[in-house]
Amino acid sequence: MRGQLLAIVLVVVAGTATYVGMRGVMHALQETQATYYTEYQFADGFANVRRAPERVAQELRTVPGIGDVETRVRASANVDIPGFDKPVTASIQSVPDGRAPRLNQLFIRTGRMVEPGRDNEVLVNEVFAEAHGLQDGDTFTATIRGQQQQLTVVGIALSPEVVIQVEPGGLFPDRERYGVLWMSRRTLAAAYDMQGAFNNVAFSLAPGASLDDVLVQVDVILDRFGGTGAIGRADQPSHSLLEFEFEQLRGTSTVLPLVFLLVSAFLINIVVARLVNLQRKQIAMLKAFGYSDYAVGAHYIRLVLGVVTAGTALGTAAGVWIGQAMGQLYLDFFRFPVLTYTLEWPVVATAFVLTTGASLIGVTGAVVRAVRLPPAEAMRPAAPPTYKPTLLERIGLQRFFDQPTRMILRNLERQPIKSTLTVIGMASACAILVLGLFFTDAVDYLVEVQFEIIQREDLTVTFTEPTASRALYEIASLQGVTYAEPFRAVPVRLHYEHRTQDVSLEGILPTPYLRRVVDTALQPIPIPREGIVLSDRLARTLHVAPGDRIRVEVLEGARRTHVVPVVGRAEQFIGVGAYMDFEALYRLLGEGPSLSGAFLMIEKEAVDTLQETILDRPQVAGVISQDRAVEGFEEASAENLLVFTFILSLFAGVIAFGVIYNSARITLSERDRELASLRVLGFTQGEISYILIGEIALLTLVALPLGFALGALGAAGVLALLETDLYQIPLALSRATFATAATVVLISAIVSAVILRRKLHTLDLIAVLKTRE
Amino acid sequence: MVDSAYPSAMNSEVVFRTEHLSKIYDMGEVQVHALREVDLELYREELVVLLGASGSGKSTLVNILGGLDTATEGRVLYGDQDLTRANDRELTQYRRRYVGFVFQFYNLIPSLTARENVAIVTEIAENPIPPEEALDLMGLGDRLDSFPSQLSGGQQQRVAIARAIAKQPAVLLCDEPTGALDSETGVVVLDAIERVNRDLGTTTMVITHNVVQAKIADRVIRLSNGRISDITINKSKTAARDLTW
Ligand SMILES: Nc1ncnc2c1ncn2[C@@H]1O[C@H](COP(=O)(O)OP(=O)(O)OP(=O)(O)O)[C@@H](O)[C@H]1O
Ligand SMILES: [Mg+2]
Repeated sequence: MRGQLLAIVLVVVAGTATYVGMRGVMHALQETQATYYTEYQFADGFANVRRAPERVAQELRTVPGIGDVETRVRASANVDIPGFDKPVTASIQSVPDGRAPRLNQLFIRTGRMVEPGRDNEVLVNEVFAEAHGLQDGDTFTATIRGQQQQLTVVGIALSPEVVIQVEPGGLFPDRERYGVLWMSRRTLAAAYDMQGAFNNVAFSLAPGASLDDVLVQVDVILDRFGGTGAIGRADQPSHSLLEFEFEQLRGTSTVLPLVFLLVSAFLINIVVARLVNLQRKQIAMLKAFGYSDYAVGAHYIRLVLGVVTAGTALGTAAGVWIGQAMGQLYLDFFRFPVLTYTLEWPVVATAFVLTTGASLIGVTGAVVRAVRLPPAEAMRPAAPPTYKPTLLERIGLQRFFDQPTRMILRNLERQPIKSTLTVIGMASACAILVLGLFFTDAVDYLVEVQFEIIQREDLTVTFTEPTASRALYEIASLQGVTYAEPFRAVPVRLHYEHRTQDVSLEGILPTPYLRRVVDTALQPIPIPREGIVLSDRLARTLHVAPGDRIRVEVLEGARRTHVVPVVGRAEQFIGVGAYMDFEALYRLLGEGPSLSGAFLMIEKEAVDTLQETILDRPQVAGVISQDRAVEGFEEASAENLLVFTFILSLFAGVIAFGVIYNSARITLSERDRELASLRVLGFTQGEISYILIGEIALLTLVALPLGFALGALGAAGVLALLETDLYQIPLALSRATFATAATVVLISAIVSAVILRRKLHTLDLIAVLKTRE
Repeated sequence: MVDSAYPSAMNSEVVFRTEHLSKIYDMGEVQVHALREVDLELYREELVVLLGASGSGKSTLVNILGGLDTATEGRVLYGDQDLTRANDRELTQYRRRYVGFVFQFYNLIPSLTARENVAIVTEIAENPIPPEEALDLMGLGDRLDSFPSQLSGGQQQRVAIARAIAKQPAVLLCDEPTGALDSETGVVVLDAIERVNRDLGTTTMVITHNVVQAKIADRVIRLSNGRISDITINKSKTAARDLTW
């Protein structure tokens, strides 16, 4: 029984550790984020302007509901890091001279703050510094507004604004090619021609103020300085990406571990009940010696409680360790100064209550059944089992089965409940494996759809401001560019009934080749000459369907508002989108043709030189490489999800093993007499293992497809729970996932079989023959 | 103490020979001598009844002869095969080819019918008689498709005997085959064993506590305290069906 109790402990440990660990990481990350944001005064709103005089800050401070206001200068620069020959861009941000920033304070990891007036000093964001091995005292050159400058690193810093360092307009971080730097306001203003002015502002909200109201007011003030629309945290690049990642983690860390815990609780319930059933004789014996039902029951309950409590304690310890270790891993991706980890006792309590509850129900049911029998009856062998030929045999297949095979089939058929429970147990283990893995599949599928079907460009060029179409032809004619497709992006606010949503409205060609709009069947759809196409989720958020008319408020230029018919819905897994025909968009804006940028198809070898040449052009704000974006995405999701996935799979494997081993072990105790008799008759070890292992193998084969089905069902359920306004994860299970799940289950089955096979060596033939069955 | 005398009417070919056979169970503090230097020969086609008080070592002896257990000292020869040197695999093959067992508890496979319980052995035997025939021999020709739970104890024991003899073993070892049966049923079972010995010529050893049953034997061997205390040749064999107890 020791082996079986150990297997139960394993299942409890795995269930608890997953639950406590995963919940712990998520909790720790959220705590850390909250603390960081509060202590380092992360701003509530942000706005870009072309150039506004410093006095406008005073005006902003009078906006009702606004808290603090911090104006900044933000410059983009091309950076030349010694020893790194690829183009690198940087966003340089000002820090106030002579005081700490009131909003978005910096955490200085090493070195010191930049000193006012010292021209060449910069603070470097930690990930960027790490990516290039930059340390205090290192120097590199930056080109700001065409002027080369030699910069000296005086410190490595973190900011709540760049928990994830992602280029504006970039979907995913590229820590080598893009970095955030901080310089003294005076120095940066001089280099960027922003003396006495600012081009970026961050602000906080007064307690209880409405963000939307404040944003509207801020827009009104900044409009005349070329404001492009104030945004809240939700649209701030670092924060929104962080939320996106957290959202995924929340999914994996709340639903899945709970499923795990429930499954392991269920399994423990089954296993414990069967274990007690095997002890019927001992129970009868104890009763015959005069132990009361209560005493007998208490014995088993104590035993099981002990095992489960030990399992929960071990599992909690393992969970805490996992939580902290994973939290530390995430700190590489989410840059917080330190991880705040606190154990949530309610989480531990939930795990304990569920596992003990399930095992108590299992043990009590079985003990009650056992003690209810009068001792004499319990000690008598259970009523002679009645067997009959199985269905398979009755339909005429009998002659194909030898006797050992008939034994297997009849044993299974005679105990349908037991067989079913075993199958369900194994299937659940298989299902949680699928659940542990399906996220990676979903992400792969998402990447495939997004980057192979929807976004087919190699490079995306964005201009600093709307630019004449001539710029497109110039870029198209560059060496290495095979095709260029223009786009015009305009920040708009969509209104329908009382609902609103801010979105970047993209003007595109009627039948774009590179950046396409696709329907739910992933077929490209043409953009009608009139009307607006919305991404599916955006349409659902606003509760509009094709045919409805929505109000489109342009958030730049003349800020005109139009009523436009919705003419189509597009499938889009990442972000939300709104699309219009170029001409229709120009009419909406009341402007002549102008471009925000272009998508390029290029010769692959030319990527680095092209990127550099294009970046050097004055009207170009940025160039984003698709391959790098995919890499970035995969790196990010690799770091995030793979850790989760690995741990989930590991524990799912443990659970699978626990269940299968226990079933197999119990089967052995139930069959030892038959097996011993066969050995006496001259059957070899191998021949009797066939009977035992054949039974397990058969059950496993039935359990696998069921497990696949349960897993797919569970995955669909988890996704349904996870869907948010912002993104949607497609259910796309890969063959590899099923193969992995099957492999883990099979390995567990094989390992159990091998252990049992060795136990068969110790089968005591003579002892069995001395007793009656 | 070797009794080399054998009934002249019988085959003198030695099937089993034990030499100084001892079995000691080492229980840590005490050592139990289950067998002490037993020297014994069994002849082809004879029927031996083994008598002795409880704990005298009967089962131990039979188990060692049948290759279920191994001796601590001495030798057991089956023909010229030395069982004391055989490993587990060789003992398995030995049991499979040459030995039929019948125990007090029938040890039938509950999930198989009478026919299948026999067939499970004939499937792996070299020269079996068909299961139906073996069962017919035991008077069970009409219960081929009954499961053990549908048979009486005596019927189950006869299925067990059919299972033991269907492979045409060289020896049939029966450890208290009637121990769990009433006398009337016991007679039927004993009669079956007797017939196997007579008709198939299987060397047979039957353990019993019942002195009356010794009347069917060619030789009666008594064990006491792990030693052979007496070997008697039974000059006047009685048929099992004429016995009562
Ligand atoms: N596995 C064992 N471990 C220790 N001692 C054993 C074991 N098997 C048998 N013995 C001892 O060996 C001796 C002989 O036992 P055995 O079973 O051969 O007796 P038996 O003559 O068959 O008795 P019975 O008529 O009661 O069946 C006994 O003293 C018994 O206690
Ligand atoms: Mg005995």
